[in-house]
Amino acid sequence: MQSAWPTKTRGVRPAGRWMVHPARCRREPYSRLLQFLAVFVLLVLLQFGAQAQNAPGQYAQADIAYGAQIFNTQCTPCHGANGDSVPGVNFRAGQFRVPVTSDFDLRTIITTGVAGTAMPSFNFDTAELTEIIAYLRNMSTFDARGVTMGDAGRGQALFGGKGNCASCHRVNGKGPRVAPDLSDVGATRTADLLLKTLLDPTASMLPVNRSVRAVTRDGKIITGRRLNEDTYTVELIDDHENLVSLEKANLREYTVIKTSAMPSYKDTFSSQEIADVLAYLFSLKGSK
Amino acid sequence: MIFRWRGSFLLLFLPWIALSLAAQVSSDRLLHSSAEPQVWLTYSGDYSSHRYSALQQISPANVKDLELEWIFQAQSLEKFESTPLVVDGVMYVTQAPDDVVALDPQTGRAFWVYHYSPSADSKPCCGRVNRGVAMLGDTLFMATIDAHLIAIDAKNGHPIWNIKVADSAAGYAMTLAPLAIKDEVVVGVAGGEYGIRGFIAAYQAKAGKEAWRFYTIPGPGEPGHETWSGDSWSHGGASVWVTGSYDPELNLTYWGIGNPGPDFNNAQREGDNLYSDSLVALDPDTGALKWHFQFTPNDPHDYDAVQIPVLVDTKWNGNPRKLLLSANRNGFFYVLDRSTGKFLLGQPFAKVNWASGLDKETGRPILTPQPPGTPTYPGVQGATNFYSPSYSPRTGLFYLSTWQDYANIFQETPVEYKAGQRFGGGIVNSPFPNAPGVSRRGPVNVYTDAAGRGALIAIDPHTGQKKWSFDMFDVGTGGILTTASDLLFAGGREGYFQALDAYSGKLLWKVNLGGDINAGPVTYQVDGRQYVVIAAGNSLFAFALRK
Repeated sequence: MQSAWPTKTRGVRPAGRWMVHPARCRREPYSRLLQFLAVFVLLVLLQFGAQAQNAPGQYAQADIAYGAQIFNTQCTPCHGANGDSVPGVNFRAGQFRVPVTSDFDLRTIITTGVAGTAMPSFNFDTAELTEIIAYLRNMSTFDARGVTMGDAGRGQALFGGKGNCASCHRVNGKGPRVAPDLSDVGATRTADLLLKTLLDPTASMLPVNRSVRAVTRDGKIITGRRLNEDTYTVELIDDHENLVSLEKANLREYTVIKTSAMPSYKDTFSSQEIADVLAYLFSLKGSK
Repeated sequence: MIFRWRGSFLLLFLPWIALSLAAQVSSDRLLHSSAEPQVWLTYSGDYSSHRYSALQQISPANVKDLELEWIFQAQSLEKFESTPLVVDGVMYVTQAPDDVVALDPQTGRAFWVYHYSPSADSKPCCGRVNRGVAMLGDTLFMATIDAHLIAIDAKNGHPIWNIKVADSAAGYAMTLAPLAIKDEVVVGVAGGEYGIRGFIAAYQAKAGKEAWRFYTIPGPGEPGHETWSGDSWSHGGASVWVTGSYDPELNLTYWGIGNPGPDFNNAQREGDNLYSDSLVALDPDTGALKWHFQFTPNDPHDYDAVQIPVLVDTKWNGNPRKLLLSANRNGFFYVLDRSTGKFLLGQPFAKVNWASGLDKETGRPILTPQPPGTPTYPGVQGATNFYSPSYSPRTGLFYLSTWQDYANIFQETPVEYKAGQRFGGGIVNSPFPNAPGVSRRGPVNVYTDAAGRGALIAIDPHTGQKKWSFDMFDVGTGGILTTASDLLFAGGREGYFQALDAYSGKLLWKVNLGGDINAGPVTYQVDGRQYVVIAAGNSLFAFALRK
């Protein structure tokens, strides 16, 4: 692990602040008490580190912003602008294919790569590593700035009440599956995209979420939400929540409906209510 | 008596004759590979890179009777981009990143595996992949992702020599199958996203000594150097990551050159940036440049020109002419005179808006840059890419795997060159979330055809017009094989492997292999039985007619 540490230093902050460098905890041979105290302090530090890791404000805004620039040039070719292009990896949702519990893990992955995958090693200096990790840790909220967030509790009430959203969408195991499950929508969508969807659902509907209408050769009509499609088949969840797979060669008619069934909330909700619902949706981060 | 004596004499020497023939892939044999369709001797099937086989046991009438013969599962989770060679009863295929496996082509059982551990500092841009080996004599040649070239004994998988071609820590890598010409092995270096200075180099097959090196970016004092502003030439990319072709009559070898770097910020490298995004014709004895043709001058869209040059001898306007066909990542199909490099024809084969067309005389694009924030067609992966095309002398058609209606929004950003770091100089976004890119996808297509779709197309080289198009829902990165029975084999990212009628594009047979197809199919014949082999997901699948 030690060899994974960067050798160049340019940073304004020491590398791996929450890690205790082995050289710093060398034992004093004459005092068991000091040893005990050292272990105690170490544990406290580690505990503090683990907590602080998730605490907001730990990462400087300047680092996050500069990290975003590095990310966009160095990482997006494979990971995509939203950090979710590699299957099994979603930076906004904190989802990785290899165990990542600390910033040190991230640092190791970036500097050594991941064997057996397309993830190469990168030669970033200490400051750049700090910045990239700052951005990775704050990606889900980075572009929420500029979007007005209201009260998530009020938003949840509107979601189930006035907005009638819960009559189609499912959240954390409750509600129908007719419309997309929103349990992790705050992790997989940016705040501005969520806002756009509330105001103009059709414009921001992902092509994969389009509904389809199929008529089989014997005249049976099937409507539902598309889950997957290829040259010869289409897989969907129908209006009765059945998973249905159809062979296109057996269909008389097949139409993809490009308008969303979801209404616009532009006139239904006040701007405060929009902000509240947005805060609620953005709080839905799914299970990691 | 005499007859009997002669017979026994021959019998006495038969094992020796058979062995010496079986062992040797002589340079003469490589020159006449199309005369022995039962084997597959080079990456693209022959020096003309037709990926066409004279075998015809599998035909449109019986292709529906194809059955799975065996599966070889690679011990690798990387993309399987390798084209196997099949030589006298043995198949040689690479397993990512840099292993060579010798297999029985009838059963898929391995004879031996050569394992190479590339240096941990290797950083190929787009996956730790390998596209295959070259063979000359009894020796296999593999180019590795840490930019080494390794000679391996084909009989036992033991390394003979291993030389460092370039510095992998600085971003140099090799993913291509080498090309054996005469007594040399020719390779090129990848690294166009890391600010390398690209080159093509030839190595003596026996000794592993470098015979010549052609830099794809001219140095100070060389013609073309003036097409790079400042010191941009010294880290201008122009990589070479797909195998070239060879014309023995003209004694010229043809190679496609990759993008200039930084990829997306062309203001940092004013000028045409020769020989990036170009086709070069080199003397294989000296590496001297005979001619070049640049498809995309001062490219800001990463339109590498590494697509395989397909060499065709046919009549052009009534006269026999030596042609070079190339469908470029930039969306245009080109016909060049391969003796001189003269531009003869160019037509778009997909939606293109970065240029309104090509100059009729020179073939230079007429640029139509798109306003900032709006989509440019084709997107960064191109309208085609490294996917091997095919040419059938029977149909006279050029076949190609394409991405249609696919765009990206390009935004340039300043970038400073640092050895071994990404040198992109821009941000590439999709007009559609999760649109197709270089990454592998799982079994669910999350972007659908709205963000771009795949199509296998047939182009008439005389007009540049599409003869037919086989539309696929998802894009694909696989190659194409055609045969003398007028079959076309190809697959895509959906994992379907299909056989089409090469004349009409009509679907004749398909099978779902359940994994993305990133390689080109090959065919060969052993003990009177024709096989078709394709890599999908992490495995290699072999098909033959039901017995």
